[in-house]
Parts: sequence; structure tokens; C-alpha cells
Amino acid sequence: MKTVYDIYQMLEKKNVILAFQGVMTSELLTSILQIMETKMDRLEETPKIKKKVFNILVECLQNLYHHIDLDEIDDGNREENSSLFMIAKTNNMYTITTGNYMKNAEVENLENKLGLINSMSSEELKTYYKEVLIQGTMSEKGTAGLGMIDIARKSGKSLEFNFLEINKDLTFFSLSVKIAD
Amino acid sequence: MENLNLEGSAKTPTVKFDSKSGKLELKGRSIPENSIEFYKPLNDWIDGYATNPIGETTVDIKLEYFNTSSSKCILDLFKQLETLNKQGTAVKVNWYFEEDDEDMAEAGEDYQAIIDLPFEMIEVEEI
Repeated sequence: MKTVYDIYQMLEKKNVILAFQGVMTSELLTSILQIMETKMDRLEETPKIKKKVFNILVECLQNLYHHIDLDEIDDGNREENSSLFMIAKTNNMYTITTGNYMKNAEVENLENKLGLINSMSSEELKTYYKEVLIQGTMSEKGTAGLGMIDIARKSGKSLEFNFLEINKDLTFFSLSVKIAD
Repeated sequence: MENLNLEGSAKTPTVKFDSKSGKLELKGRSIPENSIEFYKPLNDWIDGYATNPIGETTVDIKLEYFNTSSSKCILDLFKQLETLNKQGTAVKVNWYFEEDDEDMAEAGEDYQAIIDLPFEMIEVEEI
């Protein structure tokens, strides 16, 4: 039972107010959004911060939701389809952290994109967003390639990320987004 | 033609498209995981309306939140209206945003820069 306390202490130390590990579903996504809205209302956050956190949450959670097709051939219950979500609050700063598996072959693209996003000023991000919006085509899943750009625009801070290679096929990707007034 | 009325949900906006008054309203949140499915009937309705539009068409966008999946669909909707604007009806867009919601105001400006339609930015206390 020692581990339970370890997990508790770890979450407490990191000021985590909500965490989830598992397969992200549409229903779960709705629930998490509702819980966070209630929490922020109770904390009497300003409308501005509430909107930013909510918007970024939607994009982060939907990224986790959409990545669940690593392998269309199985039943979707493999560990690789699992993901991690945490939201922490310290003083006036919210930190949203996500983790999910991805194919090694897709790492380079994402790494380049995140590097490019982090190198851009807010004006450049605005232009980049519009470019992708105009040219971008919609995938079958309904994703438009705008998620990360939007997250960076709304957060106004650099995206922190890491790629941890697990084996010859898979990498664990983690992302951390900070939101402050 | 029939009006299009859809009740809003936790992830989709209230839709009120009225062919007689030429008023098209989207209100609430648009954050479905896959927005194509949701926006398809809206595009279809506009196609129908385009065959016999009234002189002035007003589009009221009163969104509290929208996700990036919806942003592409909203652009496509505006593109449809842009075409319609040159075919016998004057289309006008009213983009509503709440006080201090710079992100929503900026989103409106993004569309205004891309789409050739008159946009009015309207700041309100609450949507």
C-alpha cells in the first residue's frame, strides 16, 4: 500500500487538481470539461483565465482522443492507446500536462512542428494559423492540424515537450502547457 | 423552405437558420471531436437557401468556445456565404465576443482577413 501514498504525495507536491490515466473517450472528455468548469467557478477564476484554460483543455484532450488509432486492427484496449492527463494549479498558473504513445515514424514531423511553433512570435503564430486554416485539409477524423498552433497562441508561452523512445515502434510523447493571467 | 433549428448541447451550438427573415444564427459552444458531421446539415441548408435567398442575409456568430476542428468548418461555412453574397443576396456577418475575450475577438479578425464579406465585431457582456 506504500505506492498509493507515493502517488498521492507526488500529485499533492505537483499541485495536481485533476488527473486521469487510460483511454480517452468522448464521454470522458465531456466529464473532464464539466469538472474543470465547476472547479474554476468555485475558485472564482476570471472569465479570461477560465476561457483560456477551457479552450486549451479541449485541444489537449481532443489530441489524446484522436491519437487513439495507433492500430486500427486491434480492439483499442492495448496499453499504447492509453494516455495521461493532468492539470495542476499553483498561484495564478495552470499547467496542463498530457502524455501519449505515438509511432516513431511520426516523431520527426511533430518535433519539427513544435520547434517551429516555439520559435514564432505571437504575430507569426497568427499568420501561421491562418495559413494552415486556409490551405489545410481536414482529415477523416476531423482534425485540421491547427491544435498545437492554437494551444501555443492561447497560452502565449513556449510549449514544453519531450519524446521518450520506448521501443523500435513507439515513442512516449509528453506535452506541458502553461496558462497564466 | 424549412427552417433549420438545432438545440445546443455540451459540445454543439444552437442553430437557428431562418429562410424567411434571412437570419442565420450560431450560438453557444462548438467543440465536437469531429465537427464535419455536425456542420454537414448546415452546409446543405445553405445550399438549399442559395437557390432562393432573400435580399439581405444576416449571419450572427455568437460563440463562447470553438475548437480547431470547428474552425475549419466555420471557414467553409463562410466560404459558402461568400459565394452566396455574389448571387442575389447581401450577406453580412456579425461576430459577437464577450468583454475581455481577446482570443474570440482575434478569431473573428482572422476570418475577417480571409473572407470577403462585411464583418461587424460586436462586444457584449455575455453571450
